Amino acid sequence: MIKPESLLHPRPAGLYCAPGDFYIDPVRPVDRAVITHGHADHARTGHGVVAATAQTLGIMEVRYGAAFAGATRTLAYGENVDMGGVEVSLVPAGHVLGSAQVVVRWKGLTMVVSGDYKRRRDPTCPPFEPVACDVFVTEATFGLPVFRHPPDTEEIERLMQSTVQFPDRAHVVGVYSLGKAQRVIRLLREAGWDRPIPVHGALERLDALYEHFGVDLGVCTAVAAGDAKDFAGQIVLAPPSAIATPWARRFADPVDAFASGWMRVRARARQKRVELPLVISDHADWDELTATLSELHPGEVWITHGREEALARWCSLNGLAARALDLVGYDEEGE
Amino acid sequence: MRAFAHLLDRLSFTGSRNAKLTLVRDFMRQTPDPERGWALAALCGDLTFSAAKPASIRAAVEARMDAQLFAWSYDFVGDLAETVALVWPGRPGANREPDLTDVIDALAAARRAEVPGLIEAWLDALDADGRWALLKLLTGGLRVGLSARLARQAVADFGGVTVSEIEELWHALEPPYGDLFAWLEGHSERPSADHPGRFRPMMLAQAVDEAVDFARLNPNDYAAEWKWDGIRIQAVSERGERRLYSRTGDDISAAFPDVVAALEFTGVIDGELLVLRDGSAASFGDLQQRLNRKTADAKLIAAFPVGIRAYDLLLEGEADLRSAPFAERRARLEAFVAAIPSPNIDLSPLQPFSTWDELASLRADPPPGDPARAEGLMLKRRDSPYVAGRPKGPWFKWKRDPHLIDAVLMYAQHGHGKRSGVYSDYTFGVWREDGEGRRSLTPVGKAYFGFTDEELKQLDAFVRANTTERFGPVRAVRADQDVGLVLEVAFEGLQRSTRHKSGLAMRFPRIHRIRWDKPAREADELSTLERLLRV
Repeated sequence: MIKPESLLHPRPAGLYCAPGDFYIDPVRPVDRAVITHGHADHARTGHGVVAATAQTLGIMEVRYGAAFAGATRTLAYGENVDMGGVEVSLVPAGHVLGSAQVVVRWKGLTMVVSGDYKRRRDPTCPPFEPVACDVFVTEATFGLPVFRHPPDTEEIERLMQSTVQFPDRAHVVGVYSLGKAQRVIRLLREAGWDRPIPVHGALERLDALYEHFGVDLGVCTAVAAGDAKDFAGQIVLAPPSAIATPWARRFADPVDAFASGWMRVRARARQKRVELPLVISDHADWDELTATLSELHPGEVWITHGREEALARWCSLNGLAARALDLVGYDEEGE
Repeated sequence: MRAFAHLLDRLSFTGSRNAKLTLVRDFMRQTPDPERGWALAALCGDLTFSAAKPASIRAAVEARMDAQLFAWSYDFVGDLAETVALVWPGRPGANREPDLTDVIDALAAARRAEVPGLIEAWLDALDADGRWALLKLLTGGLRVGLSARLARQAVADFGGVTVSEIEELWHALEPPYGDLFAWLEGHSERPSADHPGRFRPMMLAQAVDEAVDFARLNPNDYAAEWKWDGIRIQAVSERGERRLYSRTGDDISAAFPDVVAALEFTGVIDGELLVLRDGSAASFGDLQQRLNRKTADAKLIAAFPVGIRAYDLLLEGEADLRSAPFAERRARLEAFVAAIPSPNIDLSPLQPFSTWDELASLRADPPPGDPARAEGLMLKRRDSPYVAGRPKGPWFKWKRDPHLIDAVLMYAQHGHGKRSGVYSDYTFGVWREDGEGRRSLTPVGKAYFGFTDEELKQLDAFVRANTTERFGPVRAVRADQDVGLVLEVAFEGLQRSTRHKSGLAMRFPRIHRIRWDKPAREADELSTLERLLRV
């Protein structure tokens, strides 16, 4: 059997497929790229040809403008294409809208590059689809046993409960603008929160894109500059970077909330001066990571970014061969 | 346990006093007896468990998971109870989730050897927040930023009574406080407060408003005495019980065995706790060596001997004097203190005066000795009964004018909440000269209030325009002989401090005025502050 390294190997620009001559999620401009999902550290601008799902291409266009790549190639989930003799397909990763695992098959060898993924239900994207493989390339953002995310419905319930307990205070929730924002809005809608949701301007265009792809977010209103009206008892969404800016000054005595897997660790929440930490993550937690590896039981596990050493340790304790790829350029904190 | 865990979790991240009160009050409303009573006891620090040791909890988790993975987890989280709560590998088939009452009942009945098994079974049944609350409770130290006083305030809010009423009862009550809650919800009579050694809620003074009050008050109606710079205490000795209470009714007897030993009387004294050496009061800095400790050893007691300067008498023998006028209580107090054998309890003398002007000059220029170190004066209406709380009119405090210095703004930091995105916390410094005559600024304090919203905007603009360096949320601003912003800083007092580079710590500093007009080179010198220390 051929060695997996002859199909995929890490290079400074990212994970490279030599026989197919393309990169997966390259961190520098390359001629041909396959992109797993639209987060900025995975989807960068300036490549020659970009192959991705329609949703991911749409996200890149919103973020970088129409000229984000020389040319694009839209791949539907499950569609098999030939790239220089390598069979490539995208299957859902359950991370954000349009997120995909890249399945590469060549000379009887199957490798799956999962990108970022999670295993629990997300109302804004199809669920992760397990694909039997020889090598599974996994992230390890939350690759420590302390990260075990509670059910997201419980976290949303705590947020809504707090608006009842503190009806005079605006509840300003820090959310990453791609994925987390729209998921939190959908979860609120499913929990019966049917009031308009004021959002920071930075969320508007991605919200519109989600709506375009059929994710119903209900009524969201932009909080305009100079808009000083009372947001008492309302749930307001904003990117974390906006929480410590003059934009946030309009809210009298706000409850600062933050939706992120990092909120599981109290010191992290305190550092950010969060009053209501919400443990809602778009990444697999420790139990999801290890359950996925147990389920797939690949011949080899490659770990891209995050807490590689703990996940590698778990693999060795559970009879799986693992190696850390030491890829640089991926954001290990953003979530 | 879920509701209690949720309460602890919210409290631990909540800074605002009002929000904390809301959280505790709502919990009392939504939680049945006896669960809410046990929770209240836990919040007040009145529950202690000795059976659960951190080492045995660590051993339990390491028996269930790889020690290396646990070590990495602990290293990342930094807190043992929290780490165990997060990583705990639960076993299926766990029992029903325990509530606080189950835990307390079971631990009270268990033999020592049974405790680890109980704890493991509870950890299996709880979720991560519940495990965290349980482990924090068992290993002592909830540390959720809620004082016992604030917990009692929340109970008072819940029942629509004053906190003084709760405090007077408090030491007569036992967890889980069923009688207290029954009374607060109107199901029964008020529980009896007749409990020897109990706390009597204190009478507090209002700040005097010089512009208004002196014009309408008759100096003949008031007695004056110094406002000592220690901590207010209540010393109780009745029916064999001796207790020392803080202003808020916390029992602090254990930290002051020397004072408790001196309570050779039957009665209740209201007074100031001070370090007393040969009848002379030392600075607040000396007293601080004895504060916030659970106990005191012989060495500490010898170095910082503490006593009481008495200014009121609430109970004399068996007689409750609180409804008697101040003048009568005062006369009885003088005789009462004279009869106490210990020199460590002395009398706060009255300062005779006949006009407000006369008193004003006394305040501005106190005689040397103890009065020079006093915080100002107290005025007490001669006919006033002793009433709990802060009634308007009978008692006034008239603090000395604050000290003022001109300092130079050195660093500024982001505020939060309403001030997020604005540089609103200011570190300021004064000039210090090195051996070769070179002048540099040394930081002496930090202030974040005392200015108007308009001034805040101007300060923020100054910081942004004069930033020289950034350290995360902190900006260094230009501050040298030629360019720099002078802030007139007001403060109440100075102490020596080994934690600050300048060797000084200010009490209660705030921005008094912004001196846009004053050149930075003309700000004060460190030696000016050092002279203040010697007074």
